[in-house]
Amino acid sequence: MKTAVVTFPGSNCDRDMWVALRDVSGREPVKVWHGDAELPDGLDFIALPGGFSYGDYLRSGAMAANSPIMRSVVAAAERGVPVLGVCNGFQVLTEARLLPGALMRNAAQHFICRTVPLVVENAGSIFTSAYAKGETIQIPVAHHDGNYFAADDVLDRIEGEGRVAFRYAENCNGSRRDIAGILNERGNVLGMMPHPERAIEADHGGSDGRRLFESVIGSLVGA
Amino acid sequence: MKVRIHVSLKPGVLDPQGRAVHHALDGLGFKGVDDVRIGRLVEMEVADDTSDEALDEMCQKLLANMVIENYRIEKVAA
Repeated sequence: MKTAVVTFPGSNCDRDMWVALRDVSGREPVKVWHGDAELPDGLDFIALPGGFSYGDYLRSGAMAANSPIMRSVVAAAERGVPVLGVCNGFQVLTEARLLPGALMRNAAQHFICRTVPLVVENAGSIFTSAYAKGETIQIPVAHHDGNYFAADDVLDRIEGEGRVAFRYAENCNGSRRDIAGILNERGNVLGMMPHPERAIEADHGGSDGRRLFESVIGSLVGA
Repeated sequence: MKVRIHVSLKPGVLDPQGRAVHHALDGLGFKGVDDVRIGRLVEMEVADDTSDEALDEMCQKLLANMVIENYRIEKVAA
């Protein structure tokens, strides 16, 4: 099994993501730099970490979505390789159009940094199979632009297709329909604002994020 | 050729920044402001033969996020 974490200039959760993947998978993920032209061959899983890629210039995630490595990431996602984008990684995935919608400035204008309760809406995906549907988990958020927006018809469609992975139990940022994380149509791309990699061991104050990595790594065993 | 790209939020998309600025204007005593929406202005110097199609493509691929934003292209007389 081969996993990778992509680092953009301004990423700051790439190491936490790397450690989470290493601890759960037992193997060191490959570190990929944004300027690399290609991803390493044979990747089974790609993570886009949180942070402030390119200083959030233009719009959060907009510059990173157009960086050289993202062409390879989009191609891999289209081949079915699982891709997880957390926080800024989620913003990059929407800007790269791998996921619908956009992440706008938080409704209250404030940067939010605290642990929030999330409801697991879809426990049938490769990212969420170790959770129970309807379960409430505690995961930290840390973002300024996490206010999920999509048009009504798009929201109806993704809800109808079971593509809302997580909802906020208490809407902390104004996201439409309390959406905290969504899947693509095929189910191999997940974007979420909360940080599961910051909750993988008791010393983090909680370990509810660990099962996300166990789910996806478990789905790859034998790969 | 100088080109200004005006990027604005689509109607119906809530603008928390605009609302906060509206509130601040109100606090400063400016009455009669009905609505405030915050956008972005991109000024570019481009080759004179740059096509409208190319400008549209720049806006749609990068300068605006078409999920939430509209854009207007203004060519500025030299």
